[in-house]
Amino acid sequence: MGNATWDLIEVAAFVITLTALTPLLGGYMARVFSGEKTLLDPVLRPVEQWFYRLAGVDGHQEMTWKQYARALLAFNALGLVAVYLIQRMQGVLPFNPEHLPAVSPAIAFNTAASFVTNTNWQAYAGETTMSYLTQMAALTVQNFLSAATGIAVAIAFIRGLARRNADGIGNFWFDLTRSVLWILLPFSFLLALVLVSQGVVQTFAPYHTVTTLEGEIQRIAVAPAASQEAIKVLGTNGGGIFNANSSHPFENPTPLTNFLEMVAILSIGAGLTYTLGKMVGDTRQGWVLYGAMLIIFLAAFALIYQSEMVGNPQLAALGLTGPTALEGKEIRFGIGSTALFATVTTAASCGAVNGMHDSLTPLGGLVTLTLMMLGEVAFGGAGSGLYGILLFVIVTVFIVGLMVGRTPEYLGKKIEPFEMKMATIGVLIPGVLILIGTAVAAVLPAGTGSILNPGPHGLSEILYAFTSTAANNGSAFAGLDSTTPFYTLYLGIQMILGRFGVILPVLAIAGHMAAKKAVPAGPGTFPTTGVLFAALLAGVIILVGALTFLPALALGPIVEHLLMWAGRAF
Amino acid sequence: MVRQAARDSLRKLNPVYMLHNPVMFVVEVGALLTTGVVLQNIITTGWRALLGFDAQITLWLWFTVLFANFAESIAEARGKAHADSLRRTRAETKAKKIVGTNADGSLRIEIVPSSTLRQGDLVLAEAGDIIPGDGEIVEGIASVDESAITGESAPVIREAGGDRSAVTGGTRVISDQIKIRITANPGETFLDRMISLVEGARRQKTPNEVALMVLLTGLTIIFLLAVATLEPFARYSRATVSLPVLVALLVCLAPTTIGALLSAIGIAGMDRLVRRNVLALSGHAVEAAGDVDVLLLDKTGTITLGNRMAREFIPAPGVTAAELANAAQLASLADETPEGRSIVVLAKEQYGLRGRDLRQIGATFVPFTAQTRMSGVDLQVGSDGQKRQIRKGAVEAIKAFVERQGGSIPAEVLAIAADVAKSGGTPLAVADGARVLGIIHLKDVVKGGIKERFAELRRMGIRTVMITGDNPLTAAAIAAEAGVDEFVAEATPETKLQVIRKYQAEGHLVAMIGDGTNDAPALAQADVGVAMNSGTQAAKEAGNMVDLDSNPTKLLEVVEIGKQLLITRGALTTFSIANDVAKYFAIIPAMFSTTYPVLDRLNVMHLDSPASAILSAVIFNALIIVALIPLALRGVQYRPLGAAALLRRNLLIYGLGGLIVPFAGIKLIDLLVVALHLVP
Repeated sequence: MGNATWDLIEVAAFVITLTALTPLLGGYMARVFSGEKTLLDPVLRPVEQWFYRLAGVDGHQEMTWKQYARALLAFNALGLVAVYLIQRMQGVLPFNPEHLPAVSPAIAFNTAASFVTNTNWQAYAGETTMSYLTQMAALTVQNFLSAATGIAVAIAFIRGLARRNADGIGNFWFDLTRSVLWILLPFSFLLALVLVSQGVVQTFAPYHTVTTLEGEIQRIAVAPAASQEAIKVLGTNGGGIFNANSSHPFENPTPLTNFLEMVAILSIGAGLTYTLGKMVGDTRQGWVLYGAMLIIFLAAFALIYQSEMVGNPQLAALGLTGPTALEGKEIRFGIGSTALFATVTTAASCGAVNGMHDSLTPLGGLVTLTLMMLGEVAFGGAGSGLYGILLFVIVTVFIVGLMVGRTPEYLGKKIEPFEMKMATIGVLIPGVLILIGTAVAAVLPAGTGSILNPGPHGLSEILYAFTSTAANNGSAFAGLDSTTPFYTLYLGIQMILGRFGVILPVLAIAGHMAAKKAVPAGPGTFPTTGVLFAALLAGVIILVGALTFLPALALGPIVEHLLMWAGRAF
Repeated sequence: MVRQAARDSLRKLNPVYMLHNPVMFVVEVGALLTTGVVLQNIITTGWRALLGFDAQITLWLWFTVLFANFAESIAEARGKAHADSLRRTRAETKAKKIVGTNADGSLRIEIVPSSTLRQGDLVLAEAGDIIPGDGEIVEGIASVDESAITGESAPVIREAGGDRSAVTGGTRVISDQIKIRITANPGETFLDRMISLVEGARRQKTPNEVALMVLLTGLTIIFLLAVATLEPFARYSRATVSLPVLVALLVCLAPTTIGALLSAIGIAGMDRLVRRNVLALSGHAVEAAGDVDVLLLDKTGTITLGNRMAREFIPAPGVTAAELANAAQLASLADETPEGRSIVVLAKEQYGLRGRDLRQIGATFVPFTAQTRMSGVDLQVGSDGQKRQIRKGAVEAIKAFVERQGGSIPAEVLAIAADVAKSGGTPLAVADGARVLGIIHLKDVVKGGIKERFAELRRMGIRTVMITGDNPLTAAAIAAEAGVDEFVAEATPETKLQVIRKYQAEGHLVAMIGDGTNDAPALAQADVGVAMNSGTQAAKEAGNMVDLDSNPTKLLEVVEIGKQLLITRGALTTFSIANDVAKYFAIIPAMFSTTYPVLDRLNVMHLDSPASAILSAVIFNALIIVALIPLALRGVQYRPLGAAALLRRNLLIYGLGGLIVPFAGIKLIDLLVVALHLVP
């Protein structure tokens, strides 16, 4: 069998595994957040209560959307300050065998914003900047909490859709605590064990110093990697403990770990669709979202894969045809795995990479960019994928729902001006941030000064940086020096706005939806299940994304692609 | 009308007015900016600039705005024409105001202008008078010509008390005289409301329109950004883009088609209702009509013809059918109710019994009373004054009647009566003295075609509920015959309110039609309450629509118009957004073809030159508005299919069509532009 066949088998296995996992994980999450009995209750319930007591909060008091939003914002603000302070003081704190100094204020802010917002954009190289304590107490903790925040918002949105004539959308502390205790911790623990068994390092020892065969002295960085690696993928964080991220053998040693990491990245995003179906009492509603996500995902993968297989015609002229042109790809796993990983990581808001996206062909890079621009709704980040696609559902239902002759409704809830306003804001915020940011950077010397590659590829690099941060992805087109004050500060703010600028409208919609009565479905209601709706939803997502970003993309990757085929490279 | 509309479209260019439509406001600002560029061109290169590319773009941008205004104006103009004819009937009239009574009991009357009448005033209207204002008849009965409002020339009866006591200002009394209590102050009358409604003067945006405008504004903002940021991107790429080209791109991308036609769609929807003689008191009600999923219908008059008809004579044992028919006919000869008449007709049809003169045969008519619940005749049989009493009435009443005379009702007759009731009919027993002769089967006649109509409604996802005072057996039989989904039997006026509340609690939207005062609470509670114009003032105030024809089946049309309105909005929105794909393919390659000639690969339509491509896209964008005005005014055709089928159909036409049409259209215009040498 040729390489392509193995690649197809891998993709098929991936989709099957993900699909099989969805009802299992999704059903479990529905139980957890409905407060139903689970296997872990005897151990975790006392811990949960202990947390509430310790924090002095009531985990069972219903919150209105405003109370929920206040709690969420306060909690995340606290996290931002804590991560910033730990980085600034790591020089005097323990667990710093390499005696790394305090992180600079700008980088510390950028990193704090990055990890609190589940972005994990890294304007630093982990092994030479962050102490073990910073990695664990600040960054890894936020890996859990930011993912839990996303899940909480998704659950609150689901409650808003499921409830009728209700004031509240749940309790933030309950959702947060349960996300961490029942979902993220146990599954990360299991995944970490598997990763260690495959050779991912897990140690507090100082870096190794070895003498290479040529007699050179080399320092090999090690770290408590496995524990962070698990939550990095499961919580769609993506911040590698090593600079090379998942292309580093200590983070991702075998094809099995590669496969598991990809599954883990999308598992919660996919599972939440089923949770939605379960909690609104119609699992088809969940599967239709899953279907729309899968359409976008497979289309994206096909494009990247095709583009990478064809490769660069200029290299072909040198006798290096298609798949053999592996520069920047994950050499151990091949082009198929690199393309799949690139799709997975940008479909979700993960940002972990096992190859360098900067080295993708222009079209491949275009697809990773586009996936993020669409709001990362093809499965998406932990929680953020679901609430992101639900905003698009509202827009879709509104545009085409009118055509059945009723005012638009979703799950029996009428969509009125307020919801439309919020959904429009939620859908547009990432686009607004990306376009303004890129435009500013494209004309300011502070922006263009960081570009390593000239021409359209340089524009793609800037565009990628602002897209990745606004969409809270965190992956980077290497080739842009993002450690300058301009980029660290601007992108830091961009990440915060991109995260909470979407979460707030989402919670507002949840609150208003919860208060509505529900119209029972009949033959006259707009059908939001079935293949047609899934295709329609995917179509609207792609259309809105394409219409917004086509001009920018045309001047970046598209023109680059055309020029590459015309014989020019950048 | 067209000229008036054209004038109005110019007047509406006022930016303050344009602000209510953010999409078109952006287009207008764009047009102003490019006009500035053209003026600058004139200064630098002289008058020849007026024929240049920038000037042509500017011209078409202004056309785009004007076409949008024109769509709104033409929709309004149609309403205005209707309003003018209404306004003529409102002409100042003299009112005979009753200011007191003279000593002899006659009324003291003062002639005042109708505009001075206030709520609570009493006026007198005699044959030939124009009724000076909306009011309620407090005394008398009259036939009234309401053609000024309804267009229906046959006069209608209006009388004090009961459910037909309301009169409308501007209508004319044809016979008799009535005393009217005025119920509306000048300027607030029905006619005033109607005029302001059809003129669109008081038109407020409906929630759905507001929500759609939010979405369109959001899209416009993002396109504004996408276009505005192109300038820095272009600068980075060392390309130059001119302002008119940027504005052209923005206008093409912004959802101008639906933005331009949105208010016309709304106005035309109201107008369609008015044309069917339904007056919606708010646009919201029309929209709600599209959402209605439960229809509450009175059995009588809506589902069945108003009256029950005799179908069959079923004799008691030992009695012939002819004997029964004979007695029944005698009992009904003087009975002027439709039921009574139908018995006479049936007796003639089946047994050849001719009408007889009661006086000739020495009979006296005994009319129906609420106490006896019977009617009939007393016949003088001999000279001894002996009477033969023939009665017909409800089985219970006849039973009591024969028992009083020492007779009894045979069990067989009771069984027949039960059978008749079970089949949906009403059994009417006939007795001659102490002897029960048999049963007349009275039957409700279900209106022709109503069953198909209900089936249609079911496909639309609307449930029909029949409300009737009949017993459950009768109700069930009629419900089955008419094909309604549910029925409520033995209903009192209060039942309607309860039923509506029950459905609303389940989340349904309920529509009902009603006329009586006791319908008012239910009309107010219903999401769509259509009051009949013949009904009481209370009912008209409570509902949110008035049917001037007082036709109960009108509700079905109202629902269709509501749906049509929403579908038209959705279809044009989808069409508008789908159009953008082709416009991108026209403009993006054209914009940067000098910097990156490779981008010409995206020029899939093979448009002649960058200038012709951009100009063609702008022209297409403007002309499509004009092309769709008729559709906006007429509304997309509604077909009673299920939602899923309807969606597939409309998506195919307006979604796919919206993708394809502009490719063809822009290419065609490009060919013309080149042929006419409009661009160098």
